[in-house]
Amino acid sequence: MGAKSVNVEVKSNVVKSPSGISVIWREIVKDKIALISLIFLVLVTAFVYGVSLVLDQKEIVKVDLFSIYEPPNDEFILGTDYGGRDVFGQLIIGTRNSLSIAILVTVMTGVIGIVYGLVSGYFGGHIDNIMMRILDFFMILPFTMIVIAFVAIIPKYSVWTFSLIMTAFLWMGLARLVRSRTLAEKELDYIQAAKTLGTSNIKIIFKHVLPNVSSLIIVSMTLSLAGNIGLESGLSFLGFGFPENTPSLGTLLSYARNPQVLEHRWWIWVPASVMILLLMLCVNNVGTALRRATDARQRRG
Amino acid sequence: MWKFSLRRILIMIPQLFFLSLLIFVLAKMMPGDALSGQIDPNIDPARIEELRIQMGWYDPWHQQYAAWVGNLLQGDLGDSFRFKMPVTELIGQRIANSFWLSVATLIFTYLIAIPLGITSGRFNDTWKDQLITGYSYLGFATPLFIFALVMLWLFGFQLQWFPSSGSIEPGLEPGTFEYFMSKFYHLLLPALSMALITTFSTIQYLRNDIVDTKQKEFILTARAKGASESRVYNKHILRNSLLPIAAFLGFEITGLIGGSIFIETIFSYPGMGQLLIESISLRDYSVVTATTLLFGMASILGALLSDIILSIIDPRIRIK
Repeated sequence: MGAKSVNVEVKSNVVKSPSGISVIWREIVKDKIALISLIFLVLVTAFVYGVSLVLDQKEIVKVDLFSIYEPPNDEFILGTDYGGRDVFGQLIIGTRNSLSIAILVTVMTGVIGIVYGLVSGYFGGHIDNIMMRILDFFMILPFTMIVIAFVAIIPKYSVWTFSLIMTAFLWMGLARLVRSRTLAEKELDYIQAAKTLGTSNIKIIFKHVLPNVSSLIIVSMTLSLAGNIGLESGLSFLGFGFPENTPSLGTLLSYARNPQVLEHRWWIWVPASVMILLLMLCVNNVGTALRRATDARQRRG
Repeated sequence: MWKFSLRRILIMIPQLFFLSLLIFVLAKMMPGDALSGQIDPNIDPARIEELRIQMGWYDPWHQQYAAWVGNLLQGDLGDSFRFKMPVTELIGQRIANSFWLSVATLIFTYLIAIPLGITSGRFNDTWKDQLITGYSYLGFATPLFIFALVMLWLFGFQLQWFPSSGSIEPGLEPGTFEYFMSKFYHLLLPALSMALITTFSTIQYLRNDIVDTKQKEFILTARAKGASESRVYNKHILRNSLLPIAAFLGFEITGLIGGSIFIETIFSYPGMGQLLIESISLRDYSVVTATTLLFGMASILGALLSDIILSIIDPRIRIK
């Protein structure tokens, strides 16, 4: 009985090292730009998803021939496009769709990249060699062209197939990063100890190695989220992203391929460009703050 | 060096093989076949079947693949169903435009990156450096196509300093000085737009490299010998920091390929990227296959070029 209470006392005396989340939080609060970016992102996401619950997408994309190309006025805050559709409504729906697909693609590439990198790095040798040659091949392919070619030939084209195609040619960066860290990690003593104890490989990979490379994964996935927003809107801009009835930010920009729109009807393409720019900048700012948080030497907080 | 280059070229062979396989699968998945659009719809379906068998439509896939690669090696990429001419000829017209656009972009990229990178690295943590870092921070977050749209809107339409579309003034005779100048004039805005936005990675790389090199011991030695500040920077540091930039050349080519598709669409510049987009919307699939294949091959060659330049610069890589 007495021994037990002593034990409890000792435990409470140990200085707790700051948890990962509190380190990240301190870093973001210290970096004012990152804090503002995070608040902006949360607000935009909440607003966009909240409003689109009320807003009817079918109503927004319905063509209304009596109000084509109206400049911003009381009825349409940001005017209308060539089909008489409300630009502001499309902007909200578009931001939601762009964000959703960027998150979806980031998560899917994340899962593939992490597993691929862990397996390749942990087993090493011939497996690593073969897997890296495959990765090199994917790395070399010109992303935009291949995605466009695939999008063009898929018969039943939907948002899901689009995100799958994007995922298929985007997982390599994270996989390579995770692999190089795993290679270094598996030489450490605790992994050797776990092996000696007879822990199965799968358990070592996911219970021991994965938590130790997780900070790297979080940072890299945040930064690639910004990239994916840009890639999606770029592909939609060219007309190879979302189907026509699902507007994205890139769809709004693609109207500017018509010189008339670009020159005289700024309200169609400027808001969407500003939105993409702000989203990418903010995600980037948060990502750089996260990167500093994972590296003790660069921390500000 | 020769040994490394040879080994690197050997690695390229399976890459080319898999690329051709991927494109072949793409080509097979595309709707329609070589006959669609070429024959009269009134012809008896049995005759069409016969033709298909004759053309090897029902052969096992490896035979079809072999035949396809065989044609490819002879420079036969099929016929464009839209333009009614061999794809090789069609691409030949466009590829020169794309080539010159890429060359101009590369020149601009380095013209911007080298002075800015040197300034930023030499005077690091001053207002000049912060200005340049701010520029590359914005450049990192701005998608190329938005920037190009803004450039076109500002310089093409509002100020009207540059032509807003095409690659040449109509009615000029090839070979004359005016023809050349008009080409160059049409090239300027697209190339500048792409260079201004892609240059930031080179600037950042050069800056960080100079900041690193500045603290090395041989620089201390040079200073101790009494070398003037400009001599230290221009002779000792620059020589070490410029080399890795040269190795980026190959990667730049890969980036240019991806970027050209946006730039050419926005500026209606008749190059390969625009051809790809056009032929997809016209459902001209033999052209799509051929352009994708060429772009893929260009990327593979770009990576090869980078690795070989790197191995010349940095002998440690060769040991692998």
